[in-house]
Amino acid sequence: MSKRTLFRNARLIDPACGLDAKGGLVVENGRIADAGPHISNADAEVIDCQGLVLAPGLVDMRVFTGEPGSEHRENLKSASRAAVAGGVTTIIVMPNTDPVIDEPSLVDFIRRRAEATAKVRVLPMAALTRHLAGEVMTEIGLLKEAGAVAFTDGDRTISNTRVLRRALSYAAGFDALVVAHAEDPDLTDGSAVNEGEYAMRLGLPAAPAAAEVMIVERDIRLVELTGARYHFAQISTVASLEAIAKAKARGLPITCGVSAHHLALNELDVGTYFTFMKVKPPLRAEADRAAMVEGVASGVIDVIVSSHDPQAADTKRQPFAQAAFGAAGLETLLPVALGLYHEGKADLLHVLKALTCSPAKILGLETGTLAKGAPADLALIDPDAPFVVDPDKLHSRARNTPFKGRRFQGQAIRTFIGGECVYDRGVSA
Amino acid sequence: MSQAPQPILLSSHLLGIEGLSVGEITALLDLAEEYVALGRAKEKKSPLLKGRTVINLFFEPSTRTQSSFELAGKRLGADVMNMSVRTSSVTKGETLIDTATTLNAMRPDILIVRHQNSGATSMLARKVDCCVVNAGDGAHEHPTQALLDALTIRRRGRKFQGLTVAICGDVLHSRVARSNIHLLGKMGARVRLIGPRTLMPADVKRFGVETFTDMREGLKGVDIVMMLRLQLERMSGAFVPSTREYFRYWGLDREKLACANPGALVMHPGPMNRGVEIDSTVADDLEVSVIHEQVEMGVAIRMAVLDALSRGLPAGERNV
Repeated sequence: MSKRTLFRNARLIDPACGLDAKGGLVVENGRIADAGPHISNADAEVIDCQGLVLAPGLVDMRVFTGEPGSEHRENLKSASRAAVAGGVTTIIVMPNTDPVIDEPSLVDFIRRRAEATAKVRVLPMAALTRHLAGEVMTEIGLLKEAGAVAFTDGDRTISNTRVLRRALSYAAGFDALVVAHAEDPDLTDGSAVNEGEYAMRLGLPAAPAAAEVMIVERDIRLVELTGARYHFAQISTVASLEAIAKAKARGLPITCGVSAHHLALNELDVGTYFTFMKVKPPLRAEADRAAMVEGVASGVIDVIVSSHDPQAADTKRQPFAQAAFGAAGLETLLPVALGLYHEGKADLLHVLKALTCSPAKILGLETGTLAKGAPADLALIDPDAPFVVDPDKLHSRARNTPFKGRRFQGQAIRTFIGGECVYDRGVSA
Repeated sequence: MSQAPQPILLSSHLLGIEGLSVGEITALLDLAEEYVALGRAKEKKSPLLKGRTVINLFFEPSTRTQSSFELAGKRLGADVMNMSVRTSSVTKGETLIDTATTLNAMRPDILIVRHQNSGATSMLARKVDCCVVNAGDGAHEHPTQALLDALTIRRRGRKFQGLTVAICGDVLHSRVARSNIHLLGKMGARVRLIGPRTLMPADVKRFGVETFTDMREGLKGVDIVMMLRLQLERMSGAFVPSTREYFRYWGLDREKLACANPGALVMHPGPMNRGVEIDSTVADDLEVSVIHEQVEMGVAIRMAVLDALSRGLPAGERNV
């Protein structure tokens, strides 16, 4: 007898098909058997959603962990705990580990390790160049077969244009997705914050916002030349947004994301040298932040990511310029994104789209939807529940959240993967 | 002296296939058939080029092509001199044109030139009084290779009209590919190019070919599979990530060959990288591989080319 579960009395939101209606959802053998307003009863185990939002689980396209190599920061197991507590059911992990994920056997390692230790679905991106050195392309074909969902040098930008052109050209032959970090490596070398008045007052080494759009524009030309599918992992400036909007209008296969912290924070949040605000790319001017919000609302920005980058205390308790980059973000991704809805910038369905079906579609995943047959990866969300960020109550091994003490509205109440409940706030909060 | 033979080539040089007509190509192939027969006879020599001087001028190391030309010249009775880059004064700083004029002063009749730079052979041809044969210039042309490939195909009873030929591998750097594309296109065959996109030249479709990245897809319905050599320096990272990945996707093995038409022939200009672009089980299978025949046809074609060019040489005293 197959296992059936009925989620009744839910507000179903499926951004993949524009559904936002009261109804029910039936899960059978870990997959969605049916969903819609017509479902209220079934011969199954019943979960009463009490009118809360039942949406596809979140797909977070940009997660750094410390496994393998620096498990003291975060391993797949602890990242998994943080993810499911944030309503995230799939995380895409970056290859910036030690060793770098640039070999088919290491892709296999991540997948097996995740299967053994993590509840959340873990999909690895592989390096685009060997050792992330920006010189020699990786075995894109073999890595893709091994299960790499995309190719990226993580938070590094490839400066050699010829290397990148050939890598893109080669990747296009495999219809592989290339994900880029856009910051001119020479211009940003040694910088800690966004160039501007505040950086000047603080006396911190800074790089201009233009360092981002320079690479964005360069890469757009290369996409035009090679036809590769290209995704800017996280943009942060008005100029980048405009450049990408134009490229999209020209029909180029380009998509982009933004991190939750670039939607919620600006350069002033660095405050008195608060190193948890040191991220890559740096927090920008308020006009840039506002543009990012508008970008999500207009759809030019396809995806919202956590850019979860756990750092241990020793690397953050440093003078600002010497402190490590990175902010933990898996558990605050959903509350920050819901801020756009509460501020009236975008409706709930649109916000969830950038967290579920858009990333799933870019990556070619079967999740991120409530469609029949899709894996029953679900987030039960109370969009109004108050949430105060208490670093000690976060599930990540790292505490470097830039949102300490901040009040949000909305959080995941329960999270399901393959129909199994992997997180219940009522139990584990 | 026998009666003057029919001229075959319009030009006094053979610099590429691109400038040849279907008539010229067919006549060269027909002539080469006679030399295949001669090469298989006990007495392999003809006195046709007796007294003529042929110089092999190879700026790029070559064993096969150079010895093939040398043998062709010798079988036709010419005096053949080999000059390779290591023994030439080019290494002492002489320019290509200086070398050409120096050699020209030695009054050779036919100069066979290979050079690593595209266009070097035709530049040389403009500076000398003798006939010039392009034995490969950069990534431009290698006409005798395309002709010998055509002869091999024709002798296997295949008609060019309606034939589908796949050229696989490093098209970007390949003069063999370019010459074959020209020749096969002129003769009415359909040409497909298969390889990683990094090794496909931009705008190659302007040659009137189809391109494929997926080898299995590209080989469907193909009658002839021409493999190209992957140069060692191209293997490790710049154009393809590794030899194992290259072999996996573009190395010709039994499984990929099974996508081609039954009876498809496998060709390779040599030297082969076994386990990189071709699997030994395919390369050594005499049912499908015509790689050794290509070598034999090479000598015959080069004899035909020398014969054809010599028909344009002045029979009497040369003007000074």
